[in-house]
Amino acid sequence: MSEVYIDGKFIGTVENPEEFVQQVREERRSSKIPDGLNISYNKVSDEVQIELSNGRARRPLIVVKDGKSLLTEDTLKKLQKNELVWSDLIKQGLVEYLDTSEEENAYVAFSEEELTKEHTHLEITPLDMFSLSTSLVPFANHTLSTRVHGGSKSQKQAVGFYTANFPVRIDTDVSVLHNPQVPVVQSMVYDISESDKHPAGQNIVVAILSYEGYNMEDGVIINKSAIEYGMGRSSYFRPASAEELRYSGGLVDEISIPDKEVKGYRIEKDYRFLEDDGIIHPESKVKEGDVVIGKTSPPRFLSGMDEYNLASNVRRESSIAMKHGEQGTVDFVMITENEEGNKLVQVRLRDLRIPEIGDKFASRHGQKGVVGIILPETDMPFTARGVTPDIIFSPHGIPSRMTVSHLLELIAGKTGALSGRYVDGTTFNSEPEEALREELLSLGFREDGTETLYNGMTGRVMKAKIYIGDMYYLRLKHMVANKLHSRARGPIQLLTRQPTEGRAKEGGLRLGEMEKDCFVAHGASLLLKERFDSDRTIVPICEECGLVAVYDRFKNRSYCPMCGEDTEVSNVELSYAFKLMLDELKSMGVYPRLELKEKY
Amino acid sequence: MQELKKEYKDLLPEKIIQEIEDSLPEKVSKTQLKEIFKRVLEEYENSQVDPGESVGLIAAESIGEPGTQMTLNTFHFAGVAEMNVTTGLPRIIEIVDGREKIKTPMMEIFLQKPYSEGEKIKELAMKIKSTLLEDLAKEFSINIGELTIELQLDREVIKQVGIREETIQKTISQGVKSITIKKTEDGFIIRPRAKGNESLNELYKLKEKLRALFITGIKNIQQVLPVKRKGEWIIVTSGTNLKDVMKLKEIDPTRTISNDIKEIRKVLGVEAARQSIINEVYKVIEDQGLNINVRHIMMVSDTMCMTGEVKGITRYGIVGEKASVLARASFETPIKHLLNAAIQGEEDHLISVIENVMLNQPVPTGTGLPTLKMKR
Repeated sequence: MSEVYIDGKFIGTVENPEEFVQQVREERRSSKIPDGLNISYNKVSDEVQIELSNGRARRPLIVVKDGKSLLTEDTLKKLQKNELVWSDLIKQGLVEYLDTSEEENAYVAFSEEELTKEHTHLEITPLDMFSLSTSLVPFANHTLSTRVHGGSKSQKQAVGFYTANFPVRIDTDVSVLHNPQVPVVQSMVYDISESDKHPAGQNIVVAILSYEGYNMEDGVIINKSAIEYGMGRSSYFRPASAEELRYSGGLVDEISIPDKEVKGYRIEKDYRFLEDDGIIHPESKVKEGDVVIGKTSPPRFLSGMDEYNLASNVRRESSIAMKHGEQGTVDFVMITENEEGNKLVQVRLRDLRIPEIGDKFASRHGQKGVVGIILPETDMPFTARGVTPDIIFSPHGIPSRMTVSHLLELIAGKTGALSGRYVDGTTFNSEPEEALREELLSLGFREDGTETLYNGMTGRVMKAKIYIGDMYYLRLKHMVANKLHSRARGPIQLLTRQPTEGRAKEGGLRLGEMEKDCFVAHGASLLLKERFDSDRTIVPICEECGLVAVYDRFKNRSYCPMCGEDTEVSNVELSYAFKLMLDELKSMGVYPRLELKEKY
Repeated sequence: MQELKKEYKDLLPEKIIQEIEDSLPEKVSKTQLKEIFKRVLEEYENSQVDPGESVGLIAAESIGEPGTQMTLNTFHFAGVAEMNVTTGLPRIIEIVDGREKIKTPMMEIFLQKPYSEGEKIKELAMKIKSTLLEDLAKEFSINIGELTIELQLDREVIKQVGIREETIQKTISQGVKSITIKKTEDGFIIRPRAKGNESLNELYKLKEKLRALFITGIKNIQQVLPVKRKGEWIIVTSGTNLKDVMKLKEIDPTRTISNDIKEIRKVLGVEAARQSIINEVYKVIEDQGLNINVRHIMMVSDTMCMTGEVKGITRYGIVGEKASVLARASFETPIKHLLNAAIQGEEDHLISVIENVMLNQPVPTGTGLPTLKMKR
C-alpha cells in the first residue's frame, strides 16, 4: 500500500505503485492527461508524488522503449521537411519533459550507442544541460565550469544590437554597438536562437603576449587604428524625464522656461537650449549643468501666514539638468501623458562612446579585462604579413584559469577567417581540433597558430613565436565614463555636515574603519585627525554648565542661554557629528556635560 | 664582571645577563666585557616597543588579516580511532570569546615511567574513562507487569573495566534513593520502593537516571585513546577533568594538559590559563600554515587575563570593562551603554583612541602622545 500525493496533498493509496506510475506515464504520453504532469515513485518512503504546480525545473528527453529510441529517422525526416513541429513530438509521446523528481526514476542514456534495455530515456543533445547563453560559449567542454559560467555572464553584459526598434524606445542605461558582427566561431545554438539577428561583439585579431607591461593583471592593450576603424564603438542612451505633477489645491507643475523671478533660478546660460515649450531641441550638445527640461513647481509649504507673504508665493525651479560630469547629445524628444493623465516629457540623450583606457572587454570564456593602454598601430607588434593585432591579451591569464576553450577559439577563428567560413564550436560536438590545425596548415600558416612577430617599437624579431589569431570579442557595458569619480571639495549632508555619499551626489571617498586602523597603527595621530576633519566645527562651550553656548555676532560676544552672560565661554573644536550627538542626547533628557580642561 | 652585573642590573633583564655570562668565552678583557654589555643594552633598547606604539591594534590586525585566509572547513579524518576536534577559525573564536563551555573538550595525559612505555596502558585508560551504568549494561528494559527495571550486565565490559559486580550493586543502591535491588543470574532487578502509586512515567524517569549513573573512573571523561607520540605513550581523552586526573599517581602532572581554558584557570590559576591561551591559539595558527608572531597572541592573552579571571573579548568580557562610555558604546549595543551612563552619571576622560576619533581630537598614540608643558 503506497500513499499518493498530488502537489504534496494526500489523496489516497495504491496497491501496486510501480505499475500505477507506469500507467499514468503511458496515459500522459498518449495525451490523455496533460503533459505538464510529472509523477514519481520513491521506494524509500514508499510514496507516489504527482506534481502539477508552476515553476518546476523541467527538461525534455527522448522516450526510450525496449532499448530503442522512439524518435526514429522517419520522424526526423518529417521534422526536416517541417511536416512535424516540436509540439507534435510531445503530443505523440516521443519526447517528454521530466522534472527533478521524475528524473530520479529515469535511467538516461547520453548517446544512442549506449542504449540498453534498462534505459528509459535518451538525451536529445548534451548541449541542453546548458542555458541559452552558456550554450553560446564555443568549445565549452574544454574549460572549467566556473569559467564557462563567467563567459555566459559576460555575454549578458555585452554591448550589442539588443533590439532593432531602439530608435523609438526609451530604455534606461543601454548601449548599442555600431558595427556588430556575427561570430566566426559559432555553436549550433546560434542558428536556433537567431543570434545572428542580434549580435553583440566583433571578430578581431588577438595576440597572446606580454607587451610593455600594459596588459598585466587582466589588462588588454588595444590597437588605436582598430578603434578608429570602429572596433567597440558604441552609443550610450539615457533618458531624462519630467512630469507635470498635480498638487492639492489645484496647483500644478509647469514645463516651460522658468521665469527669472523663480526661486532657485540657475544662470541664463543654462537654459539656452530650451525652446518655447521649455523642452530642449534634438541634436543639441549638452554638457554638465545644462537644463534639458525646464520646469517650475508651486511653493513647497503653503500654509498659515505664508499666504500673505509675497516673497514665498514665488514658484520653485525644478528643472531636469545634466548632472555632474555628464555630457551627450539630445537624440529624441517625446511628449505624452502618463497613467494619471499628467503631461510627461521624456528626452533621450545619446553619447558616443569610443573605447578608452578603463573600458572593459571580454572574450566568451570568462576572460575579461580592462584596457590598459591604447597603442598607435605603428607601435604594435606585426607579423611577417604585416598584420597587427587589435587586442593584446596577457598569457598570464591562461595557466591558472585553464580556459582552453579560449585558446581553441583563437585557432578556430583564425582558420575560419582565413578560409572564409563559419566554424562550428558547439560544446561536445565541435569540429575536431586536428582538422582545424590541418586546414590552417594547408592555408600556409603554422599549424599550431603561432607566428613570428616583430616588435613594433624596435623592429626586432621576437624570440618566441606568438600565438595569434581571430576571436570574437565583446565590449562590456561597464565603461569608465560612467564610473570615474573624484572629489576635493563638494556637497555636504545637512544633518551631519559630512560629505555626501556616492558618485551621483559627487560624494566623498570614505576613509573607513580599517583605513582608520592603519593610521592608528602607524601612530599618525595628527594625520588621522586631519582626515576626519571634514565636519569640523568650532563650538562655544559654557564652562559653567558644560553645554553649547551662543555666539552673538552683532555684539561680538558669547553667552550661555542657561547661565547668562557672566560665565566663561570657551571655543572648542569638535566634529559636528559629535555636537549632533550631544543634541540628540539632550533631546532624550540626558545631560551631556562637557568639562573643559585647562588649555595649557 | 660583578661590577658590570650590578651596573646593568636595572637596565637589562636577569635572563639576558645570565645569558651573557653563560656564553662568554674564557678569556675576556674588561674593556671587551664593557663593550659587550654596552652593545647588548643598545640592541635590547632598540628592540623594545616605542612609547605610544599601538600594540593592541597591531596585534589585532596581525591576527585578523591572516585570519581571513583561514580555511573554514576542518579536516576530518576518515580513520576510526581519530576524534573530531574543533580547529581553525571556530576554535580561535571559541578561545578569544572566553567561552565557558567549549565544543570539544580534550585532555592529553602524559604518564609516569612504566606506563609511558606502554605498560598496562589499556587498564590505565579504562581507569581514567568514566563508566556509566549504561556502558556496563547489555540491556535495559522495563517490565510493565511487575513495574520493575531489568538490567542485563555485559560481562565482557565488566571484565575490561575491572570492577566487581558487588561494587556495582553497591554503587547503584547508594546512587539512587528509594529502590530495592536484587541480583539475578545475569544482572539486576531494580524495583522502586513501593508507595503504591508509581506511574510508568516515573519508572521511565528512573530508568533514565540509572542509565546515566556514574559507576567508576573519572567523571566527564567520555572517551579515552592511548596514542604513541614521539616514542612515548600518552592518553588522549575527550571530555576533561583536570582536577581529578591530576590526583592520579600514574600520570605526569607537569605535562598533562586540558584544552579547556576556563578549567585550567580554576585548577591551575591565571598564569597557566594565560599560557594555555597562547599555546592553543598558536597551535591553530601553525596548523593552518600561517605565520603570526607569538607576541601578538601573548598580547591578546595578557589582555584577556589581566583581571585575574579569563575574560573574552566580547561586550560581556573585556570590552565591557573599558573605562570610556563612548568606547563601549561604539563597540556594541550603544543604546544600553549610553542609557546606563546617563543613569549613573558616568564621566569619560577621553583617554583612548575611539573617543578622540569621535570628537575629532588627536588620538593619544604615536605623534598624538607627546604634549607641551609651559613654564608659568
